[in-house]
Amino acid sequence: MEALINMVLLTLMAVVTIGVIRLKGLFGVAILSGIYSFLMASVFIVLDAVDVAMTEASVGAGISTVLFLATLSLTRREETPSLHPPTVALFLALVTALLLIYATFDLPPFGSPDQPIHRHVADRYLAKSVEETGVPNVVTSVLASYRGFDTLGEVIVIFTAGIGVILLLKGRPRKGPRGEDGGASEPIEADAALEGRHGHEPRSMRPKREGGHAA
Amino acid sequence: MSTLLEPFAAHYNHWVTIFLMVSGLYIVIAKDNMIKKLVGLSLFQTSVYLLYISPGKILGGTPPILDPRFAVYSNPLPHVLILTAIVVGVATLALGLALVVRINEAFGTIEEDEIFEERGVEE
Repeated sequence: MEALINMVLLTLMAVVTIGVIRLKGLFGVAILSGIYSFLMASVFIVLDAVDVAMTEASVGAGISTVLFLATLSLTRREETPSLHPPTVALFLALVTALLLIYATFDLPPFGSPDQPIHRHVADRYLAKSVEETGVPNVVTSVLASYRGFDTLGEVIVIFTAGIGVILLLKGRPRKGPRGEDGGASEPIEADAALEGRHGHEPRSMRPKREGGHAA
Repeated sequence: MSTLLEPFAAHYNHWVTIFLMVSGLYIVIAKDNMIKKLVGLSLFQTSVYLLYISPGKILGGTPPILDPRFAVYSNPLPHVLILTAIVVGVATLALGLALVVRINEAFGTIEEDEIFEERGVEE
C-alpha cells in the first residue's frame, strides 16, 4: 500500500512537471511549482521523512511561491516563445536520462532493509541518540547536535544570500527601468506602482485644470 | 496487484527522480525566460531531494522518532542532509530571482535571447 501511494504521487509529480515545461504563462508556472512542492511534501510523508515534508511544504510551496509571484509582479507574466528549436537540449536530456536509467538497474530495490545505506552510521544514531542528547526525534538530534556545525554553516549561507538579495534590490531606481523604450515601462515596485499611478494621472490632468482656470 | 507492480516498484522512485532531473536540465538549457530557468533549476534541485530520501525508506518502517512500540525506523541521515539542502535551495532561489529583477531593470526584458540580441552577442 505504501509503495502504491508513493507511485501514484510520483506519477502526479511527473504530470505537473510536463505542465511546467509546456505552459507559457509564468503565473501558472509559479502555481504549478507550488503544487509540485506540495506533492513532493506528500511523497516525503510516505517515505517517512516527516521533518523534510514539513520544511518542503512551508519553504518549497510557501516561500518559493511567494518569491516567484513577487518577481512576476516586478517583471512580466508571459514567456515569449523561443525562436530556435530545442534540439540540443532535448538530445542532451534524453542521453542523460538513458544513461541514468541504465545505472538504476545496479541500485538496490526501493524499500528493502538490506541496502548499503542502512548498514552504516544510521544504526548508531538510532541506538544512542536518546541516551546522548535526550531527544526522541533522531532527525532533530542529528541536525542540532551531531551535525550542529553543518547547521551553523547553513545559517551562514542563508545570511549571505540575504545580504546579497538586500544589496541587489536596495537603491533601485524608483521610476521604472532605465530603458523606457525597452518594452517594460511598468513601474518596478508595489509602492512605486502606486506613486506612478498617482503621479501620472494628475500630471496629465493638472495642465488641463490650470488651463481651464486661466481661461 | 502487488505482484504486478513489483518489478516497477523496485525502481519507480529512481525513474521519476531521473525524469524530474532531466526535465529541470531541459528547461534550464532550452528556455530563454529566466524565471522559467529558475523554476527548472529548482526542479533539478528537488529531484535530488528525492534521490536522497528514497533509499532511506524501509517498507513497513516508521519515521525516525524513537518510541518503544516501534522497532523498524527509516534512515534519519538523508533527512538531515536534505533539510539543510531545502533551506539553502530557497536562499539561492531568492538570490537568483533578485538578479532577474535587476536584469529586467537593466535590459527591460527577462528573455535571454532578447538580451543577447540587444548586446549584439552571437549565440
